[in-house]
Amino acid sequence: MALFIVQLLTGLANAMFLFLVASGLSLIFGVTRIVNFAHGSFYMLAAYLASSLAAALPLGPASFYAAVVLAPLGVALLGGLIEVCLLRRIYRAPELYQVLLTFAVVLVIGDAVKFFWGTENRTGPSPPGLSGSVPILGQLFPTYDLAILLLGPLLALGLWWVLHRTRWGILIRAATSDREMVGALGVNQAWLFTGVFVLGTWLAGLAGALQMPRVALTTVMDSTVIVETFVVVVIGGMGSAFGALLGAVLIGVLQAFGILWLPREFQLAIIFILMAAVLILRPWGLLGRPETESGTAGEALRREVGGRLRPPRWVWAGILLALMVLPSLLPTFYVWVLVEILAFALFAGSLQLLVGTGGMLSFGHAAYFGLGAYGAALLMKQAALPMPVAFLLAPLVAAAAALFFGAFCVRLSGVYFAMLTLAFAQIAFAVVHQWYDFTGGDNGILGVWPAASLAAPVRYYYLALLAAVCGLSALWRVTGSPFGYTLRAARDHPRRCQAVGVNVRSHRLLAFGVAGFFAGLGGAVFAFAKGSVFPDYLSMPMSVQSLVMVLLGGIHALAGAPVGAAVYKLLDIVITKYTGYWQAVLGGILVFLVVAFPHGLVGFVQARWARMRASLG
Amino acid sequence: MVEGPLLEVRDVWKAFGGVQAVAGVSLRLPRGEVRALIGPNGAGKTTLLNLLTGQLACDGGVVLFKGDRISGLPPERIWRRGISRTFQITATFASLTVLENVQVAILSHQGRSRDLLSRTGRLAREAALDFLKRVGLQDQAEKMCATLSFGDLKRLELAIALANEPELLVLDEPTAGMAPQERLDLMALAVQIVRDRAVTVLFTEHDMDVVFAAAERIMVMHQGRVIAEGTPQSVREDPQVQAIYLGGLC
Amino acid sequence: MRHPLPRPIRSGKLALASWPVFGGLVVAFLLVIPSGAGAQQPIRIGEVNSYTGIAAGFTLPYRQAVEMAVEEINAGGGLLGRRVEVLFRDDKGNPAEAITHAQELVFGEKVALLAGTFLSNVGLAVSDFARQNKVLFVAAEPLTEALTWSRGHRYAFRVRPNTHSQGRMLAERAAKLPYKRWAVIGPNYEYGRRAWETFWARLKELKPDVQLVGEHWPTLGKIEPGGYITALLSQQPQAVYVSLFGSDWIAFAREASKRGLFQKAFFVGILLGEPEYMEPLKLEAPEGMLVTGYPWYDIQAPAHKDFVAKFQKRADRTPVVGSLVGYLTFQSIFEAIRKAGSTDTEKMVAALEGLKVETPIGPISFRPFDHQSTMGAWVGTTKLDARRGGGIMVNWEYVPGEKVLPSEAEVRKMREAAQ
Repeated sequence: MALFIVQLLTGLANAMFLFLVASGLSLIFGVTRIVNFAHGSFYMLAAYLASSLAAALPLGPASFYAAVVLAPLGVALLGGLIEVCLLRRIYRAPELYQVLLTFAVVLVIGDAVKFFWGTENRTGPSPPGLSGSVPILGQLFPTYDLAILLLGPLLALGLWWVLHRTRWGILIRAATSDREMVGALGVNQAWLFTGVFVLGTWLAGLAGALQMPRVALTTVMDSTVIVETFVVVVIGGMGSAFGALLGAVLIGVLQAFGILWLPREFQLAIIFILMAAVLILRPWGLLGRPETESGTAGEALRREVGGRLRPPRWVWAGILLALMVLPSLLPTFYVWVLVEILAFALFAGSLQLLVGTGGMLSFGHAAYFGLGAYGAALLMKQAALPMPVAFLLAPLVAAAAALFFGAFCVRLSGVYFAMLTLAFAQIAFAVVHQWYDFTGGDNGILGVWPAASLAAPVRYYYLALLAAVCGLSALWRVTGSPFGYTLRAARDHPRRCQAVGVNVRSHRLLAFGVAGFFAGLGGAVFAFAKGSVFPDYLSMPMSVQSLVMVLLGGIHALAGAPVGAAVYKLLDIVITKYTGYWQAVLGGILVFLVVAFPHGLVGFVQARWARMRASLG
Repeated sequence: MVEGPLLEVRDVWKAFGGVQAVAGVSLRLPRGEVRALIGPNGAGKTTLLNLLTGQLACDGGVVLFKGDRISGLPPERIWRRGISRTFQITATFASLTVLENVQVAILSHQGRSRDLLSRTGRLAREAALDFLKRVGLQDQAEKMCATLSFGDLKRLELAIALANEPELLVLDEPTAGMAPQERLDLMALAVQIVRDRAVTVLFTEHDMDVVFAAAERIMVMHQGRVIAEGTPQSVREDPQVQAIYLGGLC
Repeated sequence: MRHPLPRPIRSGKLALASWPVFGGLVVAFLLVIPSGAGAQQPIRIGEVNSYTGIAAGFTLPYRQAVEMAVEEINAGGGLLGRRVEVLFRDDKGNPAEAITHAQELVFGEKVALLAGTFLSNVGLAVSDFARQNKVLFVAAEPLTEALTWSRGHRYAFRVRPNTHSQGRMLAERAAKLPYKRWAVIGPNYEYGRRAWETFWARLKELKPDVQLVGEHWPTLGKIEPGGYITALLSQQPQAVYVSLFGSDWIAFAREASKRGLFQKAFFVGILLGEPEYMEPLKLEAPEGMLVTGYPWYDIQAPAHKDFVAKFQKRADRTPVVGSLVGYLTFQSIFEAIRKAGSTDTEKMVAALEGLKVETPIGPISFRPFDHQSTMGAWVGTTKLDARRGGGIMVNWEYVPGEKVLPSEAEVRKMREAAQ
């Protein structure tokens, strides 16, 4: 019993931190509809800032508490600045570009922390007066955690008061349920957005500063916290601050008791299993509200500028010829770079079918890329198939997984769809990470090299080129087929599409399967190029990377995915070569590209082209 | 042998939270009739239409089409049985051209929506142009749908709704938001098209001029119930209807 | 009729507007393609390591020592009359990135060999690349046994003592302790599990009556320590074995001292005596733990004192074990090139097999049959040193690799089993 109660208190203390971070993210999403990847970065920044302030302030024991108050304010200010200077410029762009921008902010803040505080693990100071512990039922319990257990509910009450008893809070709630209405009320929407962003960032910063005496300060705090935060917010329902509280308590307590009762193999995946279960049973989270139907895709589309660019055949022939000749002109390394770009072009191209043509935002597309890679490796290593056979069958493994997971995902829409794809990807990640006997666990599978006749870089390059050309033309063919047009119709207006006899769900499921297939093909190309496969191939950073590529090229531009893949990879390689601060440079370039080309590179070219045609009559 | 009604609704109910939007509606719609469904805002007209075409599920009651039960079927299956509809808030595919909007619907009717390999360009093009011609949009075929005027969007939606050669056409405020003369023109066009092919029509409408010009019979809903049904003349004279419309009907 | 609208465009030219956008990128791309080789090129060594990501907290002092070794060799006239140049690349903690860099370094920069890596899976990936492409790879820090044993091959060498060696050293000492009820907590990945398994297997050999009362495998990098500590307390072990990594250990240690776990059980920690793990905890570091580590402050050998002084001057900080390993790795590489008299891969491999290197911690050698170096580790107990403001190791002894490494026959058995 004592164990039970202490474990419960422990879980609840952890939950309070999750609640603070998650309620901020949820509020920001509710009002601005931005999925803010940078939220975890503000949390990390506040923790570092607070630890430095606590050391630097000349207030004696009070320095700690002054730092806990000041650091979140500083971070909130920075959040406001970023909102005003960057996000505000692109509220009118398709919403996904805001995701790309917040991702760029993640990179820049990450490197700023590295620059100012170094990469070594640090510990923040202990809280004067609260650093000891008190006995509870015969077990020592940290005083600080008790204080957090008191502070958490107080903050929740404060938040409730702000949201329900102040005019500003009521506006926030109104904006969460209906954005247009607030515009009609004559509220200055821009400042409402900024205000909410500042409040949300402050909450994240407060959590970070309060964590300082408990955890190690590391440069990966941001990504660690953001994933868990997404889970909490989604379980509770995006946009609901009290959903965040509920989600945080559920996750905190589940984790605390999972330690006692769950087998090791499940611990990596448990929160994602819970998230998937919640989304399957309650597609909008526990306290969330259904999204308005045409909300996500339709909005962006009306603002879509360009027409469709179909370059004449000779352009394609020229590009193909260049790709055929290039490897004999380039040093071997760049042949491998091209192979990698081709693999990512397939990966991003398949995601583009989902996100662009289908309007289905996926945060977990790496699952199918990775399962293609694992499929290839396992078919070769475990089933002892010849490499070319394994290569050809691998996409089927990915497609099968996509159809299975997709069957649950297509019942959802918008951000919840994205979160369920993320949950499944994380579950798939956990499986390959933990199933040591079959997948090699985190050490991956080595020795996945091409057959001897294909091993020479140039030869493998031609195989990759063949796969990419066939795959991308197949994807484009599908986009231009009745299936593709119907998929777009379903994206533009699902209800209308249903009312012309289309089963939208099964249509989307088929698209999910097709996308999974070609992502898997990209994964197979990648696996044999690297000679090994690892769980990282299925990880969230990989999913985000593919999304960045698609967005960089332009989600509604067919040629966008390969162009985005090439530009991203080349930038990455060039920058990493010249500076240790590759994140900041890449982030800076992404910010520039998003602000300068809010419809992606190819989207930009298309718009220019369309305007040129228009002016010529 | 006497043919039964094309559409028969028996005691259909629907509530949202505590609000009874449709409270025990029954109706019989014979083949070939053009019927208007009128009533004040919030009377449950749109909800009733959504129940008929499957966008909403009934809490109770049955909808029969040509004698077969269709309540409980999803919208796409109901459409395949031969009931097509338009929406109160214009619903078209914004990123497609006018022609492609109709093509998508025709290809669906032909069962080719899942064709992954053909090029859409020429498929069903003539048929689609034919529908566009009927609604007078043939000159706009290549325009992006998002650039159409409001009235043209309404016409386009009509063309889309005709793509499966429906036996019953359900129109939810087909002229909402249009200029008065435009309204009469559009409704006249719709009536002419359906008369040519003996399509049965059920439509809601706020503009009484349009209603009286187009409808053969009129049904009046109030607070979720049908309170009157009959010829335009009889409905116009119904005291209960007059009371609801505060005498503003004529 | 024609419409002045953005309809599908079926013919025409690519928009001219696109060229400025991509032109710049293409130019940037072409600029970085290396030019052809000239005469008396420096000897280039490719170094891949996790300078960002999960292992970022460990790699900077390593790099500083490598740079120091390179500066020293170049100050002495270089190798074979050529300057030495090390090209550092960040794998971001991701094996696939590491392969990309290996490809770039080997095929693009034409490096003579690859070195480095911290994480085990990254080390294994680069090693496999080296096997496939017949390139020499001298692994510095990855701890997985597989690197030199089950997945060892002609082109892979490793400097640092692996999980097997360090686990064994700890088991030898732990067997002399009276504790029978044991529990373990480690990260849920290969390093954490292997570090425990070798320890436990050896301990059971030496002391058959030990008993496992609880095991805990939190997700790497995401530990919520409170719950694990309560669970451990409830299992009442007499001793706890810890293989937690970096930030997880810090969070765990802070929480464990508040909850009184260190008073209730004896702690054994692999690597936890290393400055990398002790320094961040400052005076919160737990006392009385049996650990492997690196008591650089106490090692009296003149060569080592010299190394520490040089490093402190160069890096403006005290060394960590990574610094030592980095220095030793490059010393060994230089020695091998000198002995081989060339940067030919096969000759360097031949030179490295059995190579003896004089290092600040005395001579180490690379065993010809498994390519594992005989560098050992220090085993001791932790103690707080208020003067230094943190934990140190006391009662330590240096256990050379020879004492704990398996025999040639055992290695052969492991390699055959892996086939």
